[in-house]
Amino acid sequence: MKENTAKTTNGYLLSVDRLRTYFPVKRGLLRRTVGHIKAVDDISFAIEPGKTLGLVGESGCGKTTAARTIVRLVPATSGKISFEGVDVLAAKGQQLKGLRRDISIIFQDPYGSLNPRMTIGNIVGEAIKVHKGIRGSELIDRIDMLLEKVGLGGSYRNRYPHEFSGGQRQRIGVARALALDPKLVICDEPVSALDVSIQSQILNLLKDLQGEFGLTYLFIAHDLAVVEFFCDEVAVMYLGHIVEKACAEELYRNPLHPYTRTLMSAIPQVELKRRQQRIGLVGEVPSPSNVPAGCPFHPRCSLCDERCMQESPALNEVSKGDGHFVSCWKQDEFSD
Amino acid sequence: MSFNDKLVTIQGLSVEFYTEEGIARVVQDVSFNIERGQCYALVGESGCGKSVTALSIMRLIPDPPGRVTAGTVYFNGRDIYKLSEKQMRRIRGKEVSMIFQEPMTSLNPVYTVGDQVVEAIMLHQKKSYDQAWVDAAEMLRKVGIADPEQRAGEYPHQMSGGMRQRVMIAMAMSCRPDLLIADEPTTALDVTTQAQILDLLDSVKDQTNTSILLITHDLGVVAERADKVAVMYASRIVEKADSDDLFAEPLHPYTRGLLDSLPKLSQRPKRLVTIPGMVPEPLSFPSGCKFHPRCPLGSDDERCKSCEPMLREINPGREVACWLVKGYESEQERKEYERKYGKNHERISAQR
Repeated sequence: MKENTAKTTNGYLLSVDRLRTYFPVKRGLLRRTVGHIKAVDDISFAIEPGKTLGLVGESGCGKTTAARTIVRLVPATSGKISFEGVDVLAAKGQQLKGLRRDISIIFQDPYGSLNPRMTIGNIVGEAIKVHKGIRGSELIDRIDMLLEKVGLGGSYRNRYPHEFSGGQRQRIGVARALALDPKLVICDEPVSALDVSIQSQILNLLKDLQGEFGLTYLFIAHDLAVVEFFCDEVAVMYLGHIVEKACAEELYRNPLHPYTRTLMSAIPQVELKRRQQRIGLVGEVPSPSNVPAGCPFHPRCSLCDERCMQESPALNEVSKGDGHFVSCWKQDEFSD
Repeated sequence: MSFNDKLVTIQGLSVEFYTEEGIARVVQDVSFNIERGQCYALVGESGCGKSVTALSIMRLIPDPPGRVTAGTVYFNGRDIYKLSEKQMRRIRGKEVSMIFQEPMTSLNPVYTVGDQVVEAIMLHQKKSYDQAWVDAAEMLRKVGIADPEQRAGEYPHQMSGGMRQRVMIAMAMSCRPDLLIADEPTTALDVTTQAQILDLLDSVKDQTNTSILLITHDLGVVAERADKVAVMYASRIVEKADSDDLFAEPLHPYTRGLLDSLPKLSQRPKRLVTIPGMVPEPLSFPSGCKFHPRCPLGSDDERCKSCEPMLREINPGREVACWLVKGYESEQERKEYERKYGKNHERISAQR
């Protein structure tokens, strides 16, 4: 079934195929491996150039680990990642350096992700110096251009991060991510640490830059309303698995996995008429080192039966060709 | 009788912080009442003064550098700024208690959670240690912790974020306080856990008739849970109303901006509406209305630039602080303004 979800790189900028990232758990005097934390367990997805894929889920579901594996910050256990036909997991030397140029990240915490001892100019320009060897006035011109693009202006070049507010720091983070004209930008919760009025500014900025430079985004977030606004396609993760995947409109109109439905009903709504019956969720997310047998969601699912406890459902397309994938034995219960 | 309904009455509260760069007026002229059994929400962005307002109810503003420079806080009919520190200690934790945003840092990592709940009980109630343990376990069960006798013996790091927040609530509610101050209680939690914790707070409120002062930046949470709302911006309350009225028809341009800038489910606009600029720093607040540099209505209006609007009740139950909201300005003020600046003002009012 997985063939459906991860085609060849034809037409896709990035494709991830059956990716697994496990962290060993070591115990005892000899530090023997006694088990694994299955942070990412058999996920597949692909992104077309110029599009945005959203990866949604609660903390600990493996979305950040998936992103870190894609940029090779964390070694993968198995699976295949290809970026423009290059095998990411096997890349070495010049090829890896090229990947580092083409894939960049915007981090969640605008306070922790900027070096407090470096000026903004150095933070943004460092990668340009390393990768392109540009120095002197040409470098300064490029830095100014980048800062201008994110709405800051070159006069800020000689200042330090502590002089900026959270929203401005996130703009600096965006400028740094764009410094090398990347093709893919991974946004790891780029707005969740920001105030409401600043969130919308940053989201608009990211959208504008996508239009201007034809960027492709992998957008990681836990806020479903933000994801719906921002993404073309959305994948919902739970305990290292993708449980549902569809284009944003379809997913929000017709969520099929019980977990997706729960997540959506849990968002507090401002408008009276939109408030819906909240689907309560019992218990908590189990530890990824001890994933329940069968469907990973079954201990918290209201529809769970014998089969759910024993067999793990595969990610299947709901009806052929509609691009809506769900991994649930009970998917027909909600179909409209 | 009506006085008895009011648990907390805050009148004209102002708090200043003395820093090396100057005096930061972080809370200015804040007034509101909380009735028994009510959930009152203070909403605003970071740095608007909402947490400082809450701390001043507990008299927990560090002095120096901070100081309450004006105003009174009545709690249960007593002016708490006239009480001695000893009397105040009896109120804190017993009559008013507080839960914080970050449950990990507000629990002590070297004591078991049971011990920490027991400490709160023994401090305020004459109970033996064993009896306090029984009460603590009962409290933990009430906040939805399964198997409380066993879990009471665990340390905070063995629990998840949602569990820790439940422990915080158990601790806060152990002496049945009249007021529970919840400072961003769910900001660090996932949405599904957030819903669980908010449901818990709701049921606690209904069972014990405890009032809740909910401090948050999440307008969705406010719309669903609060009875009354005060919106704060740059040290002042700019709008105050019943929750349903406020969300049905926000009056202040800042409130409206906040609501419009939220991405909403099942609407996919091309761009989000934004409030330009950023929240001003307390040391460099703009003159006049503090919102005017970011305001979509009044940036050209001379009065907005020079004269700060105070909160006024323009309709029953609707208080707002904005010169450009219909019905805010008195006839006399309007005439005076036109004499000073000409008819320019009318042009802007007509845009509304």
